[in-house]
Amino acid sequence: MASASDKGGETAIADVPFPSTYSAYPGAPTALIGATVFDGAGDRIDNGTVLFADGKVTAIGDASLTIPDGYTRIDGTGKYVTPGIIDIHSHLGDYPTPSVAAHSDGNEATSPTTPQVWAEHSVWPQDPGFSRALANGGVTSLQILPGSANLMGGRSVTLKNVPSRTVQGMKFPGAPYGFKMACGENPKRVYSSRGPSTRMGNFAINRQTWADAKEYADGDRETRNLAKETLAGVLDGDILVHNHCYRADEMAQVLDMAKEAGYKVTAFHHAVESYKIGDILREADVCSAIWADWWGFKMEAYDGIPENAALIHQAGACVIVHSDSANGIQRLNQEAAKAQASGKRMGIDIADAEIIRWLTLNPAKAMGIDDQTGSLEAGKMADIVLWNGDPLSVYSRPEKVWVDGAMLFDSSDSKRRPVSDFELGQPGEGDVK
Amino acid sequence: MSTSKLLIAALAALPLLTALPTAVSAQDFAITNATVAIGDGGEPIEGGTVVVRGGKVSAAGAGVTVPAGIPVTDGTGAWVTPGLVVALSDVGVYDVGAVSESNDTTGGSSPFSAALDISPAINPAAQQMKLARAGGVTRASVVTGARGSIFAGQGAVVDTGADPDAVMKARAFQYVELGEGGARLAGGSRVAAHIYLRNAMREARAFAAGTWKGDEAMLTRADAEALGAVVSGKQRLYVEVERASDIRIVIALGREFPKLDIVLVGASEGWMVAGEIAAAGVPVIADALDDLPQSFEQLGATQSNVGRMVDAGVEVSIGRIFGEEIPAYVTQYAGNLVALNNVPGATGLTWGEAFATISSIPAKISGIGGKAGVLKAGAVGDIVIWDGDPLEVSSAPVRVYIDGVEQPLDSHQSRLRERYRDLDESDLPKAYDW
Repeated sequence: MASASDKGGETAIADVPFPSTYSAYPGAPTALIGATVFDGAGDRIDNGTVLFADGKVTAIGDASLTIPDGYTRIDGTGKYVTPGIIDIHSHLGDYPTPSVAAHSDGNEATSPTTPQVWAEHSVWPQDPGFSRALANGGVTSLQILPGSANLMGGRSVTLKNVPSRTVQGMKFPGAPYGFKMACGENPKRVYSSRGPSTRMGNFAINRQTWADAKEYADGDRETRNLAKETLAGVLDGDILVHNHCYRADEMAQVLDMAKEAGYKVTAFHHAVESYKIGDILREADVCSAIWADWWGFKMEAYDGIPENAALIHQAGACVIVHSDSANGIQRLNQEAAKAQASGKRMGIDIADAEIIRWLTLNPAKAMGIDDQTGSLEAGKMADIVLWNGDPLSVYSRPEKVWVDGAMLFDSSDSKRRPVSDFELGQPGEGDVK
Repeated sequence: MSTSKLLIAALAALPLLTALPTAVSAQDFAITNATVAIGDGGEPIEGGTVVVRGGKVSAAGAGVTVPAGIPVTDGTGAWVTPGLVVALSDVGVYDVGAVSESNDTTGGSSPFSAALDISPAINPAAQQMKLARAGGVTRASVVTGARGSIFAGQGAVVDTGADPDAVMKARAFQYVELGEGGARLAGGSRVAAHIYLRNAMREARAFAAGTWKGDEAMLTRADAEALGAVVSGKQRLYVEVERASDIRIVIALGREFPKLDIVLVGASEGWMVAGEIAAAGVPVIADALDDLPQSFEQLGATQSNVGRMVDAGVEVSIGRIFGEEIPAYVTQYAGNLVALNNVPGATGLTWGEAFATISSIPAKISGIGGKAGVLKAGAVGDIVIWDGDPLEVSSAPVRVYIDGVEQPLDSHQSRLRERYRDLDESDLPKAYDW
């Protein structure tokens, strides 16, 4: 899968409008010692040591790792360390709280295909939800997607979970764009009077749109056409497709549509029926971004089962646990633990360290940022959570969270907790949340 | 740990019920050597015993003697609790949320409001019922959502057993929505909601006194009649509000209509007026983990809300389980409140307090206090055997009994799981695998 850095990193970024202005906040060289470390890539180190400085992980190892002079030591005995949690499916900012109509900026529901819209133009950086995701969920990076009213909802934006006055100040430097698509019930319901009103209508519109995009992409591309520029970016492999799709049969059809049109699906989101086609998803190298056990709220969610993640994993396909919720994003670790336990009860044993990968390196890979974050590896961003207990237990919470080596949450320091502009002077300002 | 894991495995390996015989009767049985949570707010008891006879709990706790001649299960490594009670839910009133034909959760455009009675809509065979009991939830209060009026109608108390008799108590309570939602329903403002509510109360009183004049009334006859039980205090009134000032107004309403038996629902800002709620003796059904300013009436929302109210002496149940939530989530919500004890500055609950918010307290609020949600002599024989700490996300029920009858734990979901254990279709399509 192509990522911006494959395409030339800084040069590519400079060509993109609305560039990231994010830069890391200062941090002290730090040694986390004595904790159980899950590295995000599937490994576990008991009594581990994690070193970071200048915003980067400098080394990771067991108790024998030498700690250089000048590192602040934090005793993690009895605690756990993971990479920062990454949510691949969030609407923080584009459906912020308070969720009043004036804030409803997630669906440009004026046409079934709106590849021209960019989620970042809807994101309100003062959404109080970002701070809950940081403090309670240990979330350090997240992808904000347009909603699922449209077949083609527009571009996503990947953010660092660092408060900023501007969206550009949160944009993850070098992250490729994502492209939101949606299958099934939502588009045909929203557009039932003007079309599409059926699943076959969904496919017809998608295929024609791709065919037109191909013509544009094969031409000189000189006339500005925001919609087709996005679609051409997908066909070029620079923009990663994130396709909301519940049903197994529909996912299989989308994969054939992608083959016909000449693009790749990076991840199916809300893929509650992936367990029925784990083999197909493995072969297609597509991730399933899923909840642990949401079920029954709509027809296409009727066959959701809590063993979905474990069965996908058993088939050798990629699992990502996502939230799609300002509440769920605060407990992705617990959702993963539920999925693990459901698998275990049916005889599928998956190691804790692998489960943590579902929340870290797997989403990073599907967002095209795995060369920069998602695991604790020397040279990667120091996006790190120190948990006060086993992150796969309901009783554990983040104790400290670092983003690019800067401590942005400390449960024992009430001032080391972001409070959005919206919450100033309101009941509960600065309260534990 | 390895010993207990083995015993749990042995328990789980016993044949599980997948269908009930046509006539079932309660079994007498005992479970010994288990970690027993009584549900009364106390901490779990190690090495405890639970005895069920004639469909009821006969004894539970430490030092309980098992009467001779009844089957005993060694519960070493297991936890035993009363069946969980969900304080408010839509269990059994829809098949698929977004399939409106299957969904009876709101009265929509009905001309009736307070008279709406959820009980005939409850389907004991609904998949939600199966998932509820498989998750250890054996009793629940069920209610419709308010749509045509601030009054949602009358809720019922149900059990989730695999038998036709789901409704334990019909018309158990009336539900009214105030705050922002009620304001929109009543005509666009809190002012409109309050005059509507007071007028309804006056009409109900008049109806009860035989002085109601239909041609001058706003309520239908059926609604005025239904509210009679509320104004006379015979039926509890659940009032949904979130904002601190709205909570105060509801407490004041209780002074104006002194017979009202009020339960607050929501109360995101309850912690800001916890002392007043406690002094009024009003119980609360709260959303445990709401911590976002979802609306302007929830600006003060925090996960410490429940803990702070409990510390002030308020009786709090958690669990409003609607929409994509499943009833078994209440254990996760309660577990999170225990987790808060390890967060500096936050106010959590002890394990026993947290468990009570999903067992004895919702039972009490639902009018079945002492009868359900607690392992006390004489209580219903709703027993759940768990493979670990029930508030931990990795734990699940191994066996569930309702009224002393062991329950099947299978469902549409478990059947799908078994079909798709593998993807082998070398002989026949998956459709033949059942």
